[in-house]
Amino acid sequence: MAATLPNVLVTTEWVAQHATDAGVRVVEVDVDTTAFDQGHVPGAAGWNWTTQLCDTLVRDIVPVNKLEELLGATGIDNKTAIILYGDNNNWFAAWAFWQLKIYGHEDVRIMDGGRKKWLAEGRDLSTDKPSFPRTTYKAKAADTSLRAFLPEVQAASAGKKAGLVDVRSPQEFTGEILAPPGLPETCQRGGHIPGAKSIPWGKNCNDDGTFKSFDDLKAMYAAQGITGEQPVIAYCRIGERSSLTWFVMKHLLGFNNVKNYDGSWTEWGNLVGAPVEK
Amino acid sequence: MKPEEHTRRQQDLAGWAITIETYKLGDVYHCTIANVDPGARFARADGSTREEAESRAIEKATRYLQQTRKFTV
Repeated sequence: MAATLPNVLVTTEWVAQHATDAGVRVVEVDVDTTAFDQGHVPGAAGWNWTTQLCDTLVRDIVPVNKLEELLGATGIDNKTAIILYGDNNNWFAAWAFWQLKIYGHEDVRIMDGGRKKWLAEGRDLSTDKPSFPRTTYKAKAADTSLRAFLPEVQAASAGKKAGLVDVRSPQEFTGEILAPPGLPETCQRGGHIPGAKSIPWGKNCNDDGTFKSFDDLKAMYAAQGITGEQPVIAYCRIGERSSLTWFVMKHLLGFNNVKNYDGSWTEWGNLVGAPVEK
Repeated sequence: MKPEEHTRRQQDLAGWAITIETYKLGDVYHCTIANVDPGARFARADGSTREEAESRAIEKATRYLQQTRKFTV
C-alpha cells in the first residue's frame, strides 16, 4: 500500500511513537463498545458508535452539532490529525472515518491492523479515562456525495448505472442467515439487492488485520467488474462493514465516485415490495 | 501496561466457527469471541483466571449462537 500509506493509513509503530504528539488525536471506535475499557492505546479517546456517532432519535448519521460537540470534547480542532482504530479490523473506525469525511475533516487516518494488530504485537494498553482540553470545532457542510440513499440504490439496481457491492458474508448474501452468527436479526427477508456483487469486506484484509496491497485489492475488485470507471455503492447490514469497503475503494484504490449506503440491508430487507435476489 | 498471555484460536461452537481471543491486563483476564465469518465480536467476559473469563464468554456465545437461524436457500 506504499502509494497511499502516508495519506490515510498509519502503522501501529507510528501510533506508538506519535499517539500523544501535539496536533494528533488517537481515537478508538469499536463494534463492542466495552472494548475500550479492556485496555486501549495510551492517550487514546474512545467513541461509542451507538450513542456518539449516530442520531439517537431518528435513524441517521451523527448530526453536525453533535459531531462538533464530540470533537470539541475530544480536544480536536479542524487541523488535528485524527487517527482512528478499533476492533473487527477497524469496522467502526471506518464508520467514523466516513462520517468525518462527510463533514469535511481534512486529516483523518486509520491505524492499519487496528486493535487486533496492536494486541498481537503486545503493545502497551491503558485503562485510564483520558480527558482533553476542550476545543471549538466547526464542521463543514455535509458532503452527501459520499452517501447513498434508498432512491439512488433502487435506481442503481434497476438501471445498472452503478455497481452495487454487497460486503456481507456469503451466507448473508444468499439469505441463508439474516445476520452475522450471534448477532440480532434486523430484517424481515434474507438475500441481496438485485444486481449486487458479493465481495465480503474481509477480503480487503490480511490475517493480521492490515489492508491488502493496492495491486491485490485492485485485482480483486476488477475480477468482479468493479474498476472505478462507473459509480459504486457499497452496502452491508447497517453500514459499518460497507464503510470499510468504501474506505478501500475511495481512499486506497482512488475510485472517484463511491458511496456508502448506510441504510443497507436493514432498510432494504424490511421494505415492503422491494425486490430480492437469493 | 503490557497485555500478557495473549492467545487467539479458532474452534466450532454450536455449529459455527468462532475465534476466541484472551489476554491478561493487570489482574484481569479479558476474553472476546467473534464469528469467523464475517468476523464480528459478539460475546465477551472478564475473569480472574483465563478459564473463568473464557468459560463465561463461551456460555454467552453459545446462547447467542443458538438463536441464529439458518434458512434453506
